Amino acid sequence: MTVKMKGDKSSKRGKQQTTDGQPDYERLIETDEFKQLVKKKKKFMSPYVIAFFGIYLLLPILTGYTSILENRAIGWMTWTWVYAFGMFVMVWVFTQIYVKKSREFDTDVEQLLGKHIKK
Amino acid sequence: MGFMSYAIFFAVIILTLYITYWAAKQTRTASEFYTAGGSLTGWQNGMAIAGDYLSAASFLGIAGAISLNGFDGFYYSVGWLTAYLVVLFLIAEPLRNLGKYTMADMIGSRFGAKKVRGAAALNTITIVLFYMLAQLVGAGALIKLLFGIPYWISVLIVGIMMMIYVLFGGMTATSWVQIIKAILLMVGTIVISFLVLMKFNFNFIGMFDLMRDATPHGESFLHSGVVYKDPIGLISVLLALVLGTAGLPHILMRFFTVKDAKTARSSVVYAVWIIGIFYVMTIFLGFGAAKFVGRDAIVAENSAGNMAAPMLAGVLGGDMLESFVAAVAFATILAVVAGLVLSGASAIAHDIYAEIIKKGKVTEKQQVRAARYAAIGVSVVSILLALGSEKLNVAFLVSLAFCIAASANVPTILFTIYWRKFNTTGAVASMLTGLITALVLVAVSPNVINPVEGAAFFVGEPLFPFVNPAIISIPAGFIAAIIGTYTGAKRAEAAEVAYAEVRFKAETGYREA
Repeated sequence: MTVKMKGDKSSKRGKQQTTDGQPDYERLIETDEFKQLVKKKKKFMSPYVIAFFGIYLLLPILTGYTSILENRAIGWMTWTWVYAFGMFVMVWVFTQIYVKKSREFDTDVEQLLGKHIKK
Repeated sequence: MGFMSYAIFFAVIILTLYITYWAAKQTRTASEFYTAGGSLTGWQNGMAIAGDYLSAASFLGIAGAISLNGFDGFYYSVGWLTAYLVVLFLIAEPLRNLGKYTMADMIGSRFGAKKVRGAAALNTITIVLFYMLAQLVGAGALIKLLFGIPYWISVLIVGIMMMIYVLFGGMTATSWVQIIKAILLMVGTIVISFLVLMKFNFNFIGMFDLMRDATPHGESFLHSGVVYKDPIGLISVLLALVLGTAGLPHILMRFFTVKDAKTARSSVVYAVWIIGIFYVMTIFLGFGAAKFVGRDAIVAENSAGNMAAPMLAGVLGGDMLESFVAAVAFATILAVVAGLVLSGASAIAHDIYAEIIKKGKVTEKQQVRAARYAAIGVSVVSILLALGSEKLNVAFLVSLAFCIAASANVPTILFTIYWRKFNTTGAVASMLTGLITALVLVAVSPNVINPVEGAAFFVGEPLFPFVNPAIISIPAGFIAAIIGTYTGAKRAEAAEVAYAEVRFKAETGYREA
C-alpha cells in the first residue's frame, strides 16, 4: 500500500477536489452532511456501547462482591444464570438494532458521496 | 475407537483436500491468496468467522470447564460472545473500509512509518504463535487419546494439513474449511444438546435442580466463584475476553474477504447468531458431561476436562456419536490453525517483506511466492514448537493471546479510527507497551510460577497474582498511546496521512480509484 501525501489544502472548489485530483478531505469532513452523519452515528452508538460494557462488567462485580445473584430465580436456576442468558439476548437484540439503524447511515453515505465526490 | 472413527476422520481429510485442490485453481493473485479476492458473501464469511473463532478452547475447553467448575466455565461463553458487539459497533466496518489484506494495513492506512507496521506485524506473529501452540499441543493430545496415534505423529498430521490448505488454497481453501467445520461443529453440538435435554426430560429449569447434587461442588456449581475467588482476577479475565476478539489478527483478516463494509456487517450478524447459539449449547455439553460422565471419569482422561465433550457423546450416542464428535474436534482444530497460518504468513510476507523491506514495490507473482514461503515457515516453526511442548501445560496461551490482542492491538486500532491527535509515536508506544506488559506479567504469574508442584514451569510464589494480566496490560496499552501521542513529534511525521482522510474513508468506505 502506498501512502499518499495530502495535497494543497487551499484549493476550494465546488466538488472538493485538490489540484492533484485527490478529494480535499479536510473540506469533506467539514461538510454539513458528513458532520451530521458522524453526529447521528455517535448519538446512536454511544448509549449502546456504554450499556453493553456496563452490563457486562456489572456481572463480575455483582457475582464477585455480592451474593444477590445467588438467589433462586426460577426453580434452581439462579439469577446468575438469568443474568448471563440476558447477556445473550442483549447481544442478539443490539446486533439487530445496529443492523436496522445502519441502513439509514448507508443511505446518508450514498447521498453524501453523490453530492460531494465526482465519480 | 473402531472403523467408524477412522472413516469419518479420513472423510474430513479427503473433503478438505478436495476443496484445497479446487481453491488452488483460483488462487493466483495476492488478493486471491490473502482475501479470496474479497468474493465471499455475508453468510459465507459469517460461517467462516464462526469456524475461525470457535477453537478447541471453545468446544472442548468450555465444555470441560463448565462440567468441572459450573458457572465459572460459562464466563468464557458470555465474554467471547459479547466481544462481537465491540467488533460490530466499533471495528468491523471502519476496518473493512481502511484495510486491504491485514490488520497492519488498516493501521498503516494512517501511519505509514515502517516502525508502526513492524510493531503491528510483531504483535500478529506473537499472537499467532501463542494461539497456534495451544491449538497444536491440544490437537496432538486429543488425537493421541482418540485414535491412539503417538503425539508427534498427531502434531505432524495437523501441521501438514494446515500447511497444505494455506500453501495451495490460500484464503479460499481456508474459508471453506472453516465453513465446513462450522457446519460440522453445529450439527455435532445440536445432536449432543438434544440428547442431553432428552435425558433431562426437556425440563430446562429442572436441569438446574438436578445439577445441584450432580457434582462435588453441590450448590456452588450453580454460582460464580468455584474457580474465580478473587473478583479482580475475574474482571481481568473478562476484560481480556471481551476486548481481545477485536484485536485478533486472524479474525480481523476475515473482514477483508468480503466486498464492502455492508457485507462485513452482515457477516458479523451471521457470526453472532451462530456463535451465540453455540455458546448457549455449551451449557448442555458441560452439564451433560458433569451429570452423565461424572467428574472423576472426566478428570481421569484429562485434568483440564478437555475430553468432556467427546466422552459425553460416547455415553449418550455410543461409539458412532463419539467418533463423529472426535472428527468434529479434529475439523475444529484444522480450521482454526489454518486461519492462524494464513494470518501469520500475511504478517511476514505482506507486512514485513512486501511493505517494509520492498516498500510496496513487488509484483503479484513475488507477493504470492513470498506468502507461500511464509506459510511454510510459520507451519514448520509451529510444528517444531509443538513437538517440543508435549509435556507443557499450554492451555493458558489462548487466554494470553486474547490478552495481548486486547492490550497491544485494540488501543491502536480504536485510536487510529477515532482519535484525531493520535500519532506515530503513540501507536508504536501503545503496541509495544501492551505486548511487553502482557508478556512480562504472564511470565511472573501463576501460569509460569506456581506454588503447586507440576502446575506450572517453576515452583514458587508468583510475583503477579492473577492468571490473566489484562486488568493491568489493557490500561497500559491505552495510557502508552496517550503518553506517546503527547510526548511524540509535535509535527505530523512525513508518512502520516491526514486524519481527515482516514476519518472520511472509515465512515464512508470511499476509495480513490
